[in-house]
Amino acid sequence: MGWPLIRLWAILVYLFMFLPIAVVVLLSVNASQFGAFPMTGLSLRWFEALFNNDAILRALRTSLILGSLTAVVSTTLGVLASLALVRYNIPFRNAISTLLIAPILVPEVVLAVALLLFLQFLGIHKSFTLLLFGHVIFTLPFVILVVQARLVGIRRDVEEAAMSLGASPMQTFFTITLPLLTPAVAAGGLFAFTISFDDITGTLFWKPGGVETVPTQIFAMLRNSISPEINALGTLMIVITAGLPLLGLAISRRLALRRERAGQSE
Amino acid sequence: MSAVTLSNIEKKFGNFTAVHPMSLEIPEGEFVTLLGPSGCGKTTTLRMVAGLLDPTKGEISIKGRRVNDLPIHKRNLGIVFQNYALFPHKSIAENVGFGLRYRNVSKDDAARRVKDALELVQLPHVADRYPSALSGGQQQRIALARAIVIEPDVLLLDEPLSALDANLREDMRVELKRIQHRIGVTSIFVTHDQAEALAMSDQIVVMSDGRVEQVGPPEEVYNAPASEFVANFLGASNILSGQCTARENGTVAIDAPLFGTVPVPAEKAPNIPGPGAAKLVLRAEKLQLVAKNAPSDGLISTEAVVETVDYQGQAVRYFVRVGDTQLQAINMIDTRPFAEGDTVRVQFRPRDCAALPGA
Repeated sequence: MGWPLIRLWAILVYLFMFLPIAVVVLLSVNASQFGAFPMTGLSLRWFEALFNNDAILRALRTSLILGSLTAVVSTTLGVLASLALVRYNIPFRNAISTLLIAPILVPEVVLAVALLLFLQFLGIHKSFTLLLFGHVIFTLPFVILVVQARLVGIRRDVEEAAMSLGASPMQTFFTITLPLLTPAVAAGGLFAFTISFDDITGTLFWKPGGVETVPTQIFAMLRNSISPEINALGTLMIVITAGLPLLGLAISRRLALRRERAGQSE
Repeated sequence: MSAVTLSNIEKKFGNFTAVHPMSLEIPEGEFVTLLGPSGCGKTTTLRMVAGLLDPTKGEISIKGRRVNDLPIHKRNLGIVFQNYALFPHKSIAENVGFGLRYRNVSKDDAARRVKDALELVQLPHVADRYPSALSGGQQQRIALARAIVIEPDVLLLDEPLSALDANLREDMRVELKRIQHRIGVTSIFVTHDQAEALAMSDQIVVMSDGRVEQVGPPEEVYNAPASEFVANFLGASNILSGQCTARENGTVAIDAPLFGTVPVPAEKAPNIPGPGAAKLVLRAEKLQLVAKNAPSDGLISTEAVVETVDYQGQAVRYFVRVGDTQLQAINMIDTRPFAEGDTVRVQFRPRDCAALPGA
């Protein structure tokens, strides 16, 4: 009794979580017609089919553009909002902070319907811009939380020192504050990208007719049949959403290590 | 022309007055210390000079130019902060050269000035390192180099030694004074440490509760305190309430309890115009303990019982009791200190006393 059982239990939990993902990846290289076991041989034919499928490529392009724009807009707004909340004594600071974080707490369906009804009320038609707008709303809290935490850790006197030496507030931001914020900005941007890239609930409500993102495309394809192409697409998504943060982490480690070496050299 | 002039500057935060209207003239090249306990308004005053806070009222001039509406980055100041405030993502050379980027200095010239500044603070070999690789004392030297390389009109030092440990602090104190003296920059130094203030300053501005208590050179502030607060903040003093009976022939006669009439030199009692309530200020270092039967040598003395002995190595601090009154004395140790319970004589010279008005 005791440790061996707990260990076994832990292994089972991990299997339960990761086996479905492993199955998807495994079946994506299955040669068989059907997306099911037993495997009949290794093949990249489903990836090939994927890259010949115009609808999927269009969806992938839409998702990448949407995710990138969401990341850019969210981090820009997020950095500005964090600066205002942390560095300036603005009125109703707590209320504004809570409001900006609120989209995390509200169920996505509710948020999606609410925005849709609001747009209808205003008489605005659905468009790609509005889809982007929606994604920004629910990725912004993540960016703000990450950037705010980092900004609190950047001492005010470092910025004051830069200004005393002749840098204007704008120059101080770009030469001191922003470089020190970079890890948080990058993390926030990655968050925003992967959340947007993965999102289906809000996207289903907000996307204009004819526009599909990868998740909505998969959803549409599943309604007809479970094609092995979906396994290949799933694998691709896993690589993108898991690979990007890992890549970011590796790069930031590298940079930190290089600085440390420079610090120690005579 | 004075380097810095404060005319009736005042700072209020809501209903709270952090600095009551104060005026100060700082001559070119002087080292002036704002001294006081935390919350006395010294840092607020410094930040107003820096342009990091706007005064509620009053005017600030630097080199004859009114700077109230001039933002910090146009004031040409060097600031050294308590926690160094080096840029962690820039090398030491980039840190020191930062201010030169915003001035018309050629690349070669900038490199030379950075090198000179690093040599001045005795750290010429760290140019390529990053701040995190340096010790606290080294970081503060770099911060000083960064502040003086731009040849500022005024150097502002906000408790620059407080984050360093005790031994290093004393070395840095000497070093800082040496550098300031060498380049002759007008400096405003903020500290709560009376030893730093006394050792480094040309003028000390003692502050308390947002008000200036006294302005003067170190010896004057130390020997002739203008208020009870100053007497107690700079070193330890015994303050005895008494009565001034006469002011004549360069002395002020103070009738004090325990000791009878004490003739205090008039220059140490500038605020006592004539007879009335007065306080006798008797510095703990000037109150000498001697054996009970020692001759009194014409000093003023009385018999006392040693209550507490606080041994400090080269000196010892005694608390002695005379009747109902406890007195403090700090004496150098000659042979061996007195013990608790000993009956001794405490004695002092009248010219070592100061007097303050009031009951």
